[in-house]
Formats: sequence, C-alpha cells, structure tokens
Amino acid sequence: MRALLLRDLRLALRAGGGFGLGLAFFLIVVVLVPFSVGPQPELLGRIAAGVLWLAALLACLLSLDRILALDFEDGTLDVLATAPLPLEAALSVKALAHWLTTGLPLVVVAPVLAVLLNLPAAGYGGLVLSLLLGTPALSVIGTFGAALTVGIKRGGLLLSLLVLPLYVPTLIFGAEAARRSADGLDATTPLLMLAGISAGVLALMPFASAAVLRVNLR
Amino acid sequence: MSLWEYANPVKFLRLSERVLPWLWALAVLCLGSGLAWGFFGTPDDYRQGATVKIIYIHVPAALMAINGWFMMLVASLIWLVRRHHVSALAARAAAPVGVTMTLIALITGAVWGQPMWGTWWAWDPRLTSFLILFLFYLGYMALWSAIEDPDTAADLTSVLCLVGSVFAILSRYAVLFWNQGLHQGASLSLDKEKNVADVFYHPLLLCIAGFVMLFLALVLYRTGTEIRVRRTRALRARQGAGV
Repeated sequence: MRALLLRDLRLALRAGGGFGLGLAFFLIVVVLVPFSVGPQPELLGRIAAGVLWLAALLACLLSLDRILALDFEDGTLDVLATAPLPLEAALSVKALAHWLTTGLPLVVVAPVLAVLLNLPAAGYGGLVLSLLLGTPALSVIGTFGAALTVGIKRGGLLLSLLVLPLYVPTLIFGAEAARRSADGLDATTPLLMLAGISAGVLALMPFASAAVLRVNLR
Repeated sequence: MSLWEYANPVKFLRLSERVLPWLWALAVLCLGSGLAWGFFGTPDDYRQGATVKIIYIHVPAALMAINGWFMMLVASLIWLVRRHHVSALAARAAAPVGVTMTLIALITGAVWGQPMWGTWWAWDPRLTSFLILFLFYLGYMALWSAIEDPDTAADLTSVLCLVGSVFAILSRYAVLFWNQGLHQGASLSLDKEKNVADVFYHPLLLCIAGFVMLFLALVLYRTGTEIRVRRTRALRARQGAGV
C-alpha cells in the first residue's frame, strides 16, 4: 500500500501539470472574482468564504480524471485489480494520494488567498478547518466518479456532471462552516456534519468505486 | 407462477401489450376528467386567484419525479441482485420520463411562483433539491448513453443510482440546513397538504392518479421499445458477423 501511495505521489509530482495545475486554477478563480463582482472590500469579505470553497471544489474537480485515466491506459489498473491488495484498499490509497497532491495544498494555500479576498480575521481558522475536513470527501467521491467514467473516451465532462450533484452536501456544509466562523458565529454544527460526511464517505465509497471499476475492467 | 416470470422479455412484452391499452385509457380518463374538473369545476382561491390551478399539474408531476427515481432505484437493485435484463431496461426507460416530470414540476413551479412570490426562482430548499434531482437524472441518462456495452452500462448506472439516492437524501437535509441558516423559509409555507381544501383536493387526487397511470404507461411502452431495440441490435450483429 505504501509503495502504491509513494508511486502515485511521485508520479503526480514529476509528471508535471497535475500537482501545480490545481493550485494554479485555485489562484485563477480567486483572482478573477474581484474582477467580476467588483473590488469593494466589504462585499469581497462577505462572499470570501463561499468563493474559496467553490474555487477549491472546482480545482479538485479539474484534477479528478487524472486519478485513474493514465493507469487505465497503461494497464496498471489491471495489475492492481489482480494484485493481492483488495481493490477497495487500492482505490482508497489512490484517493489519499489525490488528496495529498490536490486537497492538502489547497488547504495550505487557502489562508494566503483569503487575504486577497479580504476574509474577516475570525474566519481563517474555520476556513482551514472546514477545508481540512471537507476536501477528503471531495477526493473520495471524485475517485468514485473517476472509476465510473474510466472506460469512456473523453469522459471528463461527463465526470463533472456525475460528480457535481454528489458534491452538493459537502459544499453546503463546508461553505456554511467557513461563513459562520467568518461572521463570528458558532460553526460547530456544520463542521460536525462535514466530518460526518467525510467519515461516512471514507467508509462506504471505496466499495462502490471498486464495484464500478471491476465492471469497467471486465 | 410468480412475478419473476415477467423478467422474461417475451412474457413481459405479451403482458405489457395486454395491459397498455387499459393504462392509456385510464390515464386519459383520469387526467382528462381531473384537469377539466380542476380547471372549470373548482372556484378560484380567495388568495391566489386562478393561478392556484397550476396545482393540478405541478403537484402530480413533482410526485412522479420523485417516485420515478425511486422506481429506478428499485429496478437497479433488482438488476444488481437478480440480473433480469427487463429490470435494467425499465430503469433506463424510466429516466427520460422522470426527467420530464422534474422539468414540468420546475417550470410550472416557476410559472406559479412568479405571481405568488414575485419571482421565478427562489433558492428555497424544496426548489433547490428538485434542481439537484434534475442534475442527477441528467447524469444518469448521460452515463447510459455514453457506454456502448449494455450490460456494463446497466451495472454502472445501477451503482450510480444507488449512490445517487443516498446523496439525494443527504442533499435534501443539507439544503434544508443551508437555507434555514441564510434566510428563514420564504413564503413557501403555503404547503399543499395543509392548505388545500376539499374542493381542490378531489380533482387533485384524480390528476395524481392520472399522472401515475401516464407514468406507468410511458415506462411500460418505453421498456418495450428498449427490448425491441436491443433485439434488433442483436439480430443486426448476427447478420454482420456473416453467418
């Protein structure tokens, strides 16, 4: 498992694009927002939490088809499917690798970009915490979407369509938690819900992902 | 003799051919009389005027949109557990009907909402979850049409339907939570069940029955079409193989 994780991480770091691209996209969205809604600081501060969450989600969405597509093309997935490691575990590792290369950097960079959007000082902790709790769910759900569409040519757009409704609860609770803490309110409830979603998804989703991947590899 | 016998496509077709005319007739009868009664036989609402009559299309369509997804869920489960092809095809056949019902509910809702709340769209929990349901339907249909092999497509869409159902319920609660936090329920408290008086209730029931019949008839008819399409494709493939 560790070998698989290290391999995926190394590939993501060295194969170019994948790792930095998500961050760059995150930056682009955040920079474009003031141009589209106007530069008033108080307006930006009000929408900052939501915009940051949306940008993180889109950046995550952008990198989803890289989770499995390349491995599917060169046959690595077939090897994984026949390996002694259960496919569920392999997919969990792949989701973890995706999170480490996409989700975690977003969490780290988010406070810096929050400055650009004039997020109220009280909101930083809540923003980081909500992203930390929520982005794993995005990666795991995304792995399911990637497994679902891996056999389809140019499945990227379809992948977005399939995954988007599944992302709705995570986005709602994540953005709500960030917004509440930015407004100085108690954000415990949405954070707990977010943690619940992540935990539930982590526990159950790999089975669904493995099931659809087996069908696709048949 | 059990229900499972109708998992055989031939038997299913024979049964559906016998049942379909009755279903169509019942649908037309219920819908025709229900709508006529609703539109011409009931008084205008004292608060909402004549616009209240959209209820006769809006509520049944919304009901069937949700039940359509539920039917797909059941059919998907039957496919995953017992692998009856008719079941998978029925799920596939139900999706376009369901998405149409969702669209009808959304559009009539907008038309109704405009004079009532002064807006075509509000980010109200109920409306928003319907929009999400609409997206689910679109994704489901897109996945069906994106995959060549019918059995693979049936497997994948079945799992998607299961996962989607869980998330649909989750979204429902998430959306409720989300909006209550923002601005408490708009004017949507004019809930159907609570407010509708008997005058409106009886034609509404008739319309709902009509929509159920219509839904069943459409799904049965479309399932038959899917079976025939698949049979034609099999015949073609055999011919193409150059026997």
